[in-house]
Amino acid sequence: MLGILASIIDGVLVGLVYGLAAMGLTLIWGVMDVINLTHGTMIVAGMFGLYLLANALGLPPYMALPPVLVGGFFVGVLLYWVAIHRMVGRPPLMSLLSTFSVNLMLVGVGTAVWGTALFNVEVSVPGISMGRYTFPGAHIVAAVLAAVIAGSLYLFLQHTRMGKAVRAVANNREAAELVGIPTTRVLAITVGCGVALAGVSGMLIGTLFPFTILSGDGYQLKGFVVTVLGGFGNPVGALLGGVALGLLEGAVTPFVPVSWTLVIEFVLFVLVLIAFPGGFFASRRGAL
Amino acid sequence: MKRLYLLVAAMALAATPAFADEDTITVGFTASQTGPLNVDSLGQQRGYEFWRDEVNAAGGIKAGGKTYKVKFVSYDDQSVGGRVQQLYTRLVNQDKADFLFGPYSSGMTAPATVISEQYGKIMIVSGGAEEKPFETGNKYLFMSITSASHYLSGAVEALKQKDPHAKIAMVYSDDPFSKTVLAAAAQQAKEAGLEVVMNESYSPSTTDFGPIVNKIVSSNADAFMGGGHYSDGATLARQMHDQKANMKWVSILVAPADDKFGELGPAALGVTVPSQWEIQVNYKPQFGPTTAEFAKAFEDKFHAKADYHTASGYTAGVVLQHAIEQAGSIDTEKVAAALNATDITTFFGQVKFVTDPAHHGLQTAHKMVLAQWQMVNGKLGRQVVWPTDAKSADLMYPIPPATQ
Repeated sequence: MLGILASIIDGVLVGLVYGLAAMGLTLIWGVMDVINLTHGTMIVAGMFGLYLLANALGLPPYMALPPVLVGGFFVGVLLYWVAIHRMVGRPPLMSLLSTFSVNLMLVGVGTAVWGTALFNVEVSVPGISMGRYTFPGAHIVAAVLAAVIAGSLYLFLQHTRMGKAVRAVANNREAAELVGIPTTRVLAITVGCGVALAGVSGMLIGTLFPFTILSGDGYQLKGFVVTVLGGFGNPVGALLGGVALGLLEGAVTPFVPVSWTLVIEFVLFVLVLIAFPGGFFASRRGAL
Repeated sequence: MKRLYLLVAAMALAATPAFADEDTITVGFTASQTGPLNVDSLGQQRGYEFWRDEVNAAGGIKAGGKTYKVKFVSYDDQSVGGRVQQLYTRLVNQDKADFLFGPYSSGMTAPATVISEQYGKIMIVSGGAEEKPFETGNKYLFMSITSASHYLSGAVEALKQKDPHAKIAMVYSDDPFSKTVLAAAAQQAKEAGLEVVMNESYSPSTTDFGPIVNKIVSSNADAFMGGGHYSDGATLARQMHDQKANMKWVSILVAPADDKFGELGPAALGVTVPSQWEIQVNYKPQFGPTTAEFAKAFEDKFHAKADYHTASGYTAGVVLQHAIEQAGSIDTEKVAAALNATDITTFFGQVKFVTDPAHHGLQTAHKMVLAQWQMVNGKLGRQVVWPTDAKSADLMYPIPPATQ
């Protein structure tokens, strides 16, 4: 019984990080209908940022958060100008292809530089034990940080001038333009935020698990599931979706053979798509 | 007109390099230069190439009064099985490979074996341990490494000796290689009187093993055997450590055989890995270099330590070379016959192939060792701990519980 409870708590902790990882994906989709296929690689970039800062430069692991956040933002703005700017408002396939090709290039360069070898960042935060089960300290810290960052994004979108501009552009780009919002700049900043979120979630995941240059694929896939659960284009929903997914993984594992977890996950994914085509926590278009 | 003559003459010269060239043998293979299998596959490819360079530097392969230089044709299979099938077809038909080496991993090897058999080409497999492709009545396949069913035999024996009542949790990747290894290990554990309290596979795309580790704890196991290929094995080791699963014994496939596994620090300590070869093993070779010669030459050239993928790749070459020299010909049938008769010891260990048509080409003589991550002089490294007559250090049992 304790084991089941432990798995559920564990699931929620990791789910918060999944949720944060998906927020970046869903933010960009919500504002400009672009699916950013470099998302997984940006998560990996966050992991490698952590590795370089913590292992090569000797920074305490969590001090890597601000530089990864800022670095991710600028990488995102660059990505916008390279791969997204000319694709906004075109059929979704166009931006899929352009971000996909940028992704291939990044993965190719990464493989050439680092290979697919294993990288690990040691984090020593005391954990909490519950009988024979232990919640590693790093998981707890990562979950708390993920919740804080997600909360900050919410406050940014709801209460700042720029956040309101982002929501206005998401709602109706022409109307936003008419009232004098520099929409192109807003779009670039949105992609910057989306990639910064990916980077930070990658950095947090890097404190939990070892990683390789190819680790992003798994999280990108999870990001899509979470996005669907949480409602397309709804960052807060994404966080809830992440928690739901983590909870599901944690709650299902003790009862069924482990190999079934993924099957159940995707069955649920399809069921949600059928029952709630816009996602579980979907609201109207322009949920931002 | 004069210019035209010159041009024709130049073209004629360019078109007949064979005229001045010595005889060559073309060996074809694919390697996973990109994709998830990149690390281990590159190790194997390095082994192949290192062998080629050494053979050519020594003059080449001598057979039937001729000396052949070795030439390679290779492609990147991107860690994708479908590419393997296309590329091996190309290697045979367009590149006219005389012999083939296998790609890396069981998953990539299976489609390659179909092509090599279809075209009647000899293929030496040194990186795909699964038995199935060898059980379809082949004639030209030869596996130079120990096959999957025997990967964990040593681990089961050693564990039984340390604790005859150990309870084992087996959790492994849902791929053909890992499943074959663990199915055999479960059988061997049962025969040894050890109890398997958990026996489950996970999807290769699993990212978080937290709930799985909790399940292992709930199963009351005191030994763990499993893993799969690379990052999954490392993640499992790290999470079992972080979640203080406090296993007394941990055997993980493949991942701990790579030096980078040491990055895990305290989570790597005590982890055992079945290995085809370790730098500490010391066989007396009848053919080819000794371990010390191989290890030194490799380190001088690549400034890195040789690992088992490199050694097994090199050995694929040594075995082929030996057979060609024995056959005194590069004719496929004659070399295949020589391979069937092969029974030699190289620095990699003994090599002998099954000749029974039902399992033709499987390895019967080579023995695996069990390596364990131990702290020696304040540095983490792999030591051979089993079998005891090959050991370089004593087996550490139980693994000390995680602090933190």
